[in-house]
Amino acid sequence: MTDSINRPTFTLQHRAPSRWLSDTSADRVFQLLAGSAGYLVLGVLLAAALSMAWGGRHAFATFGWHFFTSTDWDAVNKKFGAVVPIYGTVVSSTIAIAIAVPISLGVAIFLTEIAPRWLRAPVSTAIELLAAIPSIIYGMWGLFVFVPFMSEHIQPWLIAHLGPIPGLGRLFQGAPIGIGMLTAGIILAIMIIPFITAVMRDVFLAVPSGLKDGCLAMGSTTWEVIRNVVLPYTRSAVIGAIFLGLGRALGETMAVTFVLGNAHELKLSLLEPGNSIAATLANEFTEADSDMYLSSLIALGFVLFLVTLVTLAIAKLLLLTVQQREAKGR
Amino acid sequence: MVTLRQRRQLTNRLMVVLSTGATLFGLFWLGWIMLTTLRYGLGALSHRLFTEMTPPPGSEGGLLNAFYGSLMMIVIAIGIGAPIGILAGTFLAEYHRHTHQGAVIRFVNDILLSAPSIVIGLFVYEVLIRRLGHFSGWGGGIALAIIMLPVVVRTTDEMLQLLPANLREAAFALGIPRWKVVSAVLYRAASAGILTGVLLAVARISGETAPLLFTALNNQYWSGSPSGPLANVPVVIFQFAMSPYDSWHALAWAGAFIVTLFVLGLAVLSRSILARGKVRQ
Repeated sequence: MTDSINRPTFTLQHRAPSRWLSDTSADRVFQLLAGSAGYLVLGVLLAAALSMAWGGRHAFATFGWHFFTSTDWDAVNKKFGAVVPIYGTVVSSTIAIAIAVPISLGVAIFLTEIAPRWLRAPVSTAIELLAAIPSIIYGMWGLFVFVPFMSEHIQPWLIAHLGPIPGLGRLFQGAPIGIGMLTAGIILAIMIIPFITAVMRDVFLAVPSGLKDGCLAMGSTTWEVIRNVVLPYTRSAVIGAIFLGLGRALGETMAVTFVLGNAHELKLSLLEPGNSIAATLANEFTEADSDMYLSSLIALGFVLFLVTLVTLAIAKLLLLTVQQREAKGR
Repeated sequence: MVTLRQRRQLTNRLMVVLSTGATLFGLFWLGWIMLTTLRYGLGALSHRLFTEMTPPPGSEGGLLNAFYGSLMMIVIAIGIGAPIGILAGTFLAEYHRHTHQGAVIRFVNDILLSAPSIVIGLFVYEVLIRRLGHFSGWGGGIALAIIMLPVVVRTTDEMLQLLPANLREAAFALGIPRWKVVSAVLYRAASAGILTGVLLAVARISGETAPLLFTALNNQYWSGSPSGPLANVPVVIFQFAMSPYDSWHALAWAGAFIVTLFVLGLAVLSRSILARGKVRQ
């Protein structure tokens, strides 16, 4: 205090507002906060996988590999196998992909190559709104509107015309009750179309216009440009988009829970009620009355998580290769 | 005899027709679902929806407790998910823009973005609800926060990266410490984009049903605190729609209508904020 006159820098420091943290340590605290938030994202994924493996340990320990080969789902005798729900998840997602991929490809081509410019933004937004609609709305619409429609108009025709065909006909047997794998697959397809379309549209737009113009200048039609330039150039991203859609379809819950029918039987026909991993969890979780039942359900959740993680990781890796190529090209 | 030129033109025209057809096919479902929700939902709307509790089987009532519970869980989710998400996004954009660490976290974040929400519910059940021993609105809020997180992380990361570099340089040249540059300069410049991310995330969680089945479950009565089972619109819609009672079905449609309106409204709002931001740039 007394020698402040001899040290002018002191007055300068003295005038600065006194803080409980210096700027350097405030910076360090902020970076630490941001860093822990960033690593929390990693942690959530790991913790989710580990906690479900832990929750399902009774089921895995008791049934072993038998869990993946048994069709039992017997709450009374506490015997559980995952075959029926896994089969349902795979079949409904396969139907969804089979419908959604060609449609999404068509929409993406329409939005990037065919539609007049003024139409692109509104149609794009409308398709994206399909993704914003909560899945429970799809489920309700499915149960009250689409299931009756299927049972009155689509399924009787399928049973009459495809049912008698040997081989293929076995997929279309049974009574036209509306619910089942086919209905669930169609609703899943509608739900994943916007996700696949959005990725395809973005990568189609990223194709260098020089390549397309060159092809057009050689006298190609629009379709030939798409087939010979756009699709080969974006191939891995298109496959990535399909995997992304698959990842979404595998884990979709509410929409399929309403229309699958919650039946624990292995049926080849797509018109019979079935089950999926997600639908089993949604339907039976609150009813699980024994530890083994609960553990089996959580084990199912673990399987679903693992499968979707792998699917989404493949999708992401395929899309990354395109992004990297783009970054290099610039 | 069809010439090569005619065949090529024909293939081209067929492709145009097919992809236009695919687009109409997509829009057809949007129209059908929206019309259904509108028709059944408008028919079931009444003031009792906002003044009365969810009714016992077969009788009339409203959705007041469900709206309140949903709102409370969304607020909890925003309170947890938004700050963590914004910080994590900042970490990626400002500290690890081109590092391997950043790439790994972005990769995991993108996977989390598409991970099935039902699994997030199971996770919260395992680590929280089971320890608590009862269903809880806090659990529901936390599950929704986890679903919200990757959306906020991604938009914050993207929006901060879009900011011009000279904004940072100018601020650093004035000797402003980094945390202040981020919080007072960059956040302000990217506020519209970050807000959009939060809005999009809210739109995504407000219709989420599956994770709430394992966490908040449902509550037929009024519950002011989120520490017990908490009524919420999506689970009420699920249970009422699956029930055999017509009066419950009507309430489910009314709830579905309002949730859809809310979610689509948010989606359109966040789009317009983004569009305005782009024009200004």
